[in-house]
Amino acid sequence: MSDFKDKVVFITGGSRGIGRACALQFAKRGATIVINYAGNEAAATETVKLVTDLGCKAKALRFDVSNTEEVNKAIDDTVKEFTRIDVLVNNAGVAVDGLIMRFADADYSKTLDTNLKGAFNLIRAVSRPMMKQRAGVIINMTSIVGEMGNAGQAAYAASKAGLIGLTKAMAKELAPRNIRVNAVSPGFIETDMTTHIPEEAKKMMLQVTPLARLGKADEVAAATVFLASNDASYITGEVLKVNGGMYM
Amino acid sequence: MSATNIEAKVKSIIADQLGVGEDEIKAESSFIEDLGADSLDIVELVMAMEEEFEVEIPDEEAENIKTVGDAINYINTHKK
Repeated sequence: MSDFKDKVVFITGGSRGIGRACALQFAKRGATIVINYAGNEAAATETVKLVTDLGCKAKALRFDVSNTEEVNKAIDDTVKEFTRIDVLVNNAGVAVDGLIMRFADADYSKTLDTNLKGAFNLIRAVSRPMMKQRAGVIINMTSIVGEMGNAGQAAYAASKAGLIGLTKAMAKELAPRNIRVNAVSPGFIETDMTTHIPEEAKKMMLQVTPLARLGKADEVAAATVFLASNDASYITGEVLKVNGGMYM
Repeated sequence: MSATNIEAKVKSIIADQLGVGEDEIKAESSFIEDLGADSLDIVELVMAMEEEFEVEIPDEEAENIKTVGDAINYINTHKK
C-alpha cells in the first residue's frame, strides 16, 4: 500500500521503540519521515537509514520538545523543506518513577515538560500549517497508566492523563479545519522504557492481561498508522487502547 | 508603504484567508457577520497581518478589530 505517498509525517521521539516502529510503518506506505530525537544520535541515524532503505525520504532533527523556540524552528524548517506536514505523532516521552513522598521537583518537571508540554508545543507549531492545508492528523501517544493510574508513577500518569485532555480539546478546536486529533494508549510494550521493570512485576502484569503477553512496538505503530490513515476519516477525539485487554 | 497600499494589502490578505472576492470587502464589512469568518479565521488573519506588516497585535487589541476598517486603521497607526 502506498496511501501515504507524498505525505509528510513528523514523529517526535522517533529514534527507537514505538517511534521508530511508527516511522517504518509509515515509510512502508510511502511517507516522507521526519523524526525528532533528544540525544541518541546513533539510534536516530539508524532509523533514518532504515527508512531510506525502504525508498522514502527521511530526516532526523535533534531538539528538545519542551523548548518552544526549538520546536517552532524545527516545524518551520520542515515546512520549508518538504512544503507541508500531514501527520504529527507526539511520541516523545520519558518515565521517571518513584513514590511521591520522595519525588524530586526536577523529575516532576522533566516528565511533565517532555510528555505534556512537548506535545502542546508541537501541536501549537503545526496547527497553522495544518489549518492552511485544511487537512492534518495529530496523534498523541498516551499510556494505559494515564487511564488507570499506577503506584510509583504519579508524574508519568499525570502527564499521560493530561495528553488525553489535550487530545480531546484539540479535536474540538481544530475540527473546523479538517484536522483530526486522536490518542493511542499502549499497555505494556517491549521497549527500552519497560526493560527495567523487574521480572516479578512483569509476571504480575501479565496475570491481569487477558492476552497474557507484552505488546510489540509494531502493534502500537499499526494502530497509529490506522488513525492517521483515511480509513479513520470519521474518527477524532478517540483514545485507542492497545493493551492486550489489560484495561477496558 | 503608503496608506493606499496598506489598504490594498490588508484586503488581499482578507480575501486570501476567507476565500471571498475583494469586491465584497468594504471598510465597514464585519469579519464575522459579513464575511463569514469564524474564531480560527480571526486568529489566522491577525497572525497574517502581524507577519506582513511586522507589527504585534496583542489579544486585547485584536478583540476590538471587528471590521475591515478597524484592521486598516490599526495597521496605519501601528506600522513602524
